[in-house]
Amino acid sequence: MNILRGAWVILAKDMLIEWRTRARLNALLFFSLATLFLFSFAGSSDTSLLRQNAAGYLWLAVLFASVLSMGESFRIESENSALDGLRLAPADPRSIYLGKAWGNAILLWTLAVVLVPFMIVLYDVSLTMGLPRLLGTLALGALAISAPGTIHASIASNARARDVLLPVLLFPLLVPALLSAVRATALVIEGDPMDQLTSWVRLLIVFNVIYWGLGFALFPRVIED
Amino acid sequence: MVTQIIITVVVTAIWVGLLAFFYWGCERGVEKPRLVGTFGILGLLLAVSGEYYGLFVAPPESAMGDVYRIFYVHVPADWMAFMALSLNFVFSVAFLFKKNWRMDSLAEASAEAGLVFGIMGVCTGSIWARPTWGTWWTWDPRLTTAAVLLIAYGGYLALRRFVDDPEKRGVWSAVWAIFAAVDLPLVWFSVKFWRSIHQTQSTPETIRDPRMQWSLRWNAFAFLFLLIFFVMSRYRISRLARETEMAPPPEALPVGGHA
Repeated sequence: MNILRGAWVILAKDMLIEWRTRARLNALLFFSLATLFLFSFAGSSDTSLLRQNAAGYLWLAVLFASVLSMGESFRIESENSALDGLRLAPADPRSIYLGKAWGNAILLWTLAVVLVPFMIVLYDVSLTMGLPRLLGTLALGALAISAPGTIHASIASNARARDVLLPVLLFPLLVPALLSAVRATALVIEGDPMDQLTSWVRLLIVFNVIYWGLGFALFPRVIED
Repeated sequence: MVTQIIITVVVTAIWVGLLAFFYWGCERGVEKPRLVGTFGILGLLLAVSGEYYGLFVAPPESAMGDVYRIFYVHVPADWMAFMALSLNFVFSVAFLFKKNWRMDSLAEASAEAGLVFGIMGVCTGSIWARPTWGTWWTWDPRLTTAAVLLIAYGGYLALRRFVDDPEKRGVWSAVWAIFAAVDLPLVWFSVKFWRSIHQTQSTPETIRDPRMQWSLRWNAFAFLFLLIFFVMSRYRISRLARETEMAPPPEALPVGGHA
């Protein structure tokens, strides 16, 4: 119970910092919008091709933004050694992890949701299975990125060349989560005549359980001194 | 069935033996570089003779002809990569629990050796695929997983280069290695699942000719000795590097008072 309370306090603190400026979310939004546009330049401007790959493009835009976002979430703690202050507080270090990871997940989910209308307009897709299912899939995917991402961001933020290091550490490990998020989102967009959505969503939930469990167990070792 | 059991027992025994050998033997190699070199020379001799056997003595394969002979490099290299990377996981867990510096150096050494063998396996596989499948690369689950694995452990080595504090380097890379070891079966599973919705690809390799079997085994042992050579010499370098890292600069030695 104590852990959850601590996590909530940290989450509220981070959200307040974010809300005061809204700088991070705005910058991320424009960054991922640029990415969405760039994807259309990478291939031909063939609309049917873009529509087919829309789910993949959306998730890649979120993934690229996530690296910047999660790196930033620990950079704000390295100013004035704020992380040391957090560690000195009488709270479980695991609540730092939960608070940070929830915060990252919320931010990523918000970003993904804001990108959806742009995806619909730019790539000419229709949400065959409705908005609620899409929002749920996006939430599961955002959670699956942020759980390992928060751990690796806290590692990379203290290393040299952290901006290069985080994607190198994170991207290969995110393959299963990304793959199932893309497949699930594509099914929600295109319709699911073969009923494959359930199995992809179930897979995504399994990854979430494993990632959050590992992160929860290992994070105290990462920030100890 | 019986051969299956025998092979499983032998492979497990080799794996455990390797683990024990590195655990107790790696320090010995630091004092005696010649001992380490002996493994290298032995491995090289075995590999040269094994490849000679594989190239000239073993018969050509009925369907693939001579192209298949690259297997005598490809298969042992992949086996050794798997051995080394699974040892890396064991050493990482051990370091996290016991903070034994030997484990940290062994984890680094085995990851690096595993990466070398893994790259060798993927490259030889790609060369083989060109004449056999008609393409350098296909998005088969096994290939995709191997590629993801190599990129991931490249990141591991980069992480180790970018952290200066030895203690943090050890803990962080161990945490990452545990994540990777749990994650990589998932990558394999998800990629397979993704592919198998559309098609199943099966290439059952049944080797019946005893000359082929012995050639493969001979080469596997050659690569095993090379693996020992790589890990031990890499351990030696890592160990010496940490000694210099941790040694205090001469003027910082305590002069008096509380030290």
